[in-house]
Amino acid sequence: MVRAPEISPHSPRRRHLLAGVFAAGAFPSALRAQFRVEISGVGGTQLPVGITKFREEDKSGQALSGIVRADLERSGIFRIVDSSGDFDENARPNYGDWRGRGADALVAGSAARLADGRFDVRYKLWDVVKGQDLGGQALAVVSADLRLAAHRIADAVYEKLTGDKGVFSTRIAYVTRVANRYTLRITDADGEGGQAALNSTQPIISPAWSPDGKSIAYVSFESGKAVVWAQDVGSGERRAIANFRGSNSAPAWSPDGKTLAVTLSRDGTSQIYLMDPNGGNLRRITQSTAIDTEPTFTPDGKSIYFVSDRGGSPQIYRVGAGGGNPERVTFTGGYNISPALSPDGRTLAYVNRNGSEFKVTTLDLAGGTIRTLSDTVDDESPSFAPNGKLIIYATRAQGRDVLMTTTLDGRIRARLAPAGVDYREPIWGPFGR
Amino acid sequence: MTHPLRLTLFAALIGVGLAGCGSSVKLDEGAPVVDAKPNAAGANANANRGANTGQSSVTTVDASKIDAAAAGVGRVVYFDFDSYVLKDEFRPVIEGNARMLSSAKTKKMVVEGHTDERGGREYNLALGQRRAEAVVKSLVLLGAADNQLEAVSFGKERPVTDGHDESAWAKNRRAELKDR
Repeated sequence: MVRAPEISPHSPRRRHLLAGVFAAGAFPSALRAQFRVEISGVGGTQLPVGITKFREEDKSGQALSGIVRADLERSGIFRIVDSSGDFDENARPNYGDWRGRGADALVAGSAARLADGRFDVRYKLWDVVKGQDLGGQALAVVSADLRLAAHRIADAVYEKLTGDKGVFSTRIAYVTRVANRYTLRITDADGEGGQAALNSTQPIISPAWSPDGKSIAYVSFESGKAVVWAQDVGSGERRAIANFRGSNSAPAWSPDGKTLAVTLSRDGTSQIYLMDPNGGNLRRITQSTAIDTEPTFTPDGKSIYFVSDRGGSPQIYRVGAGGGNPERVTFTGGYNISPALSPDGRTLAYVNRNGSEFKVTTLDLAGGTIRTLSDTVDDESPSFAPNGKLIIYATRAQGRDVLMTTTLDGRIRARLAPAGVDYREPIWGPFGR
Repeated sequence: MTHPLRLTLFAALIGVGLAGCGSSVKLDEGAPVVDAKPNAAGANANANRGANTGQSSVTTVDASKIDAAAAGVGRVVYFDFDSYVLKDEFRPVIEGNARMLSSAKTKKMVVEGHTDERGGREYNLALGQRRAEAVVKSLVLLGAADNQLEAVSFGKERPVTDGHDESAWAKNRRAELKDR
């Protein structure tokens, strides 16, 4: 069994690591948008792993081993050791050599072109400490799915070594802004391989994945005001599902995908309503004269968390999914917004304003412990990964809007911030791609 | 020259108008209350009141040509931080637009509410909506018909200026009145 080693604490300084080393020509994709890992604070225990360059990966056009390295590093659980050398899945590793490099585990693989133009991608995982072969896989994929193959390998390695499901083959959605051009992008969880789901000259906000990952709802201002749309991710077919008088916004799917919660101002003040995904069967579930907005369902579908300023300032409340008397949940600080629930329903992530600083914060719902996760001051829109181990959010750094992922202890963060583009409104997609 | 009775009436109307949207809460306890001072950015000259006309003359109103800019009526009102209270200095803007709307019942307008950049997007969308609703309520109280107006919000998505200081934020906290 691979043990996480005990590492003496590092001095609390920040190290920036490039998530893998590549020749510039290895990337065919035009938008080289990689998350850059920052490790801050005292280093936790991390599992050291070697991931050698896959045989013939250069010929495949994708830096497969680099993608796997970057994925595992961004999870915060792994540390990459010196991985130089020529190996593949058929190698017989020199365990002594790898122990000497400090590795507890080793991954090696290959990518061979098949006669039909697809690629045969193979890998194997070894426990270096015990000197054991932990097995591997072969995946046959078309060229367009090579990145996904690397992500699936990272997931398999992550799962084998931690026991938890990996999120590297999931997708995220976010909005970019360049001058007056807004794009809703859907990409791999590492920010790469993106496709534009919607291009617009007007703002797009609040994207929300359906639980099956097949649809995405969002708010578009293309008609001159806020309207909620639902779009099929694969086909791009879309329809406006909430276009009432005033503003229509903040879509949130129920876990069974059968209901959407939205914020509508049609009755004169922003209130929360439920509707079917086609826009029918509208019913109002909050009854205040205040602002009630940002609904989000609990994973069991029975309750909705939301933001209300009925008490004088925006705080987070919880109400039964059928309506009823809401119960206040946040009591620390005078401004708490943007609730997001962990997949196990036990942790609430949100944005707290303290003075002029907006920071992603978590609240343990059972025990009440509050933890500030970020060291930036303009955070927005936290969203959990479907395994509950990472949170993605938007923030501001060096004058630009950027995306960050963080581990739940706030120690390992990764930043997505290529030049010239503003990133905002990230939302993590579900398992099951 | 300000007629004292008129000022009182307007203040009363604002009070009545806001009763419909709940208590006018101060959302940031630390925010200073800014005194409303005449501000060139918002308060334009009053719209032309009825000029002295003889007993036999008739004033023609051409609905198709009503043009706010030509009539000298302002189209923007500004707000204090975390507030949707309509300040006295923008009374002429509300009055002028209400007059235009009540004299031309087919004319339609949209009121767009905005916030500064600080804070979450959805909450700011709702704050901007509150500002627009406050303006619409005042217009209706002064003679416009409800079906001539729609209140919408852009939250913090459409700033007029990109600065990150109070002078920029003040310019972005606004409601704009636009023809439809």
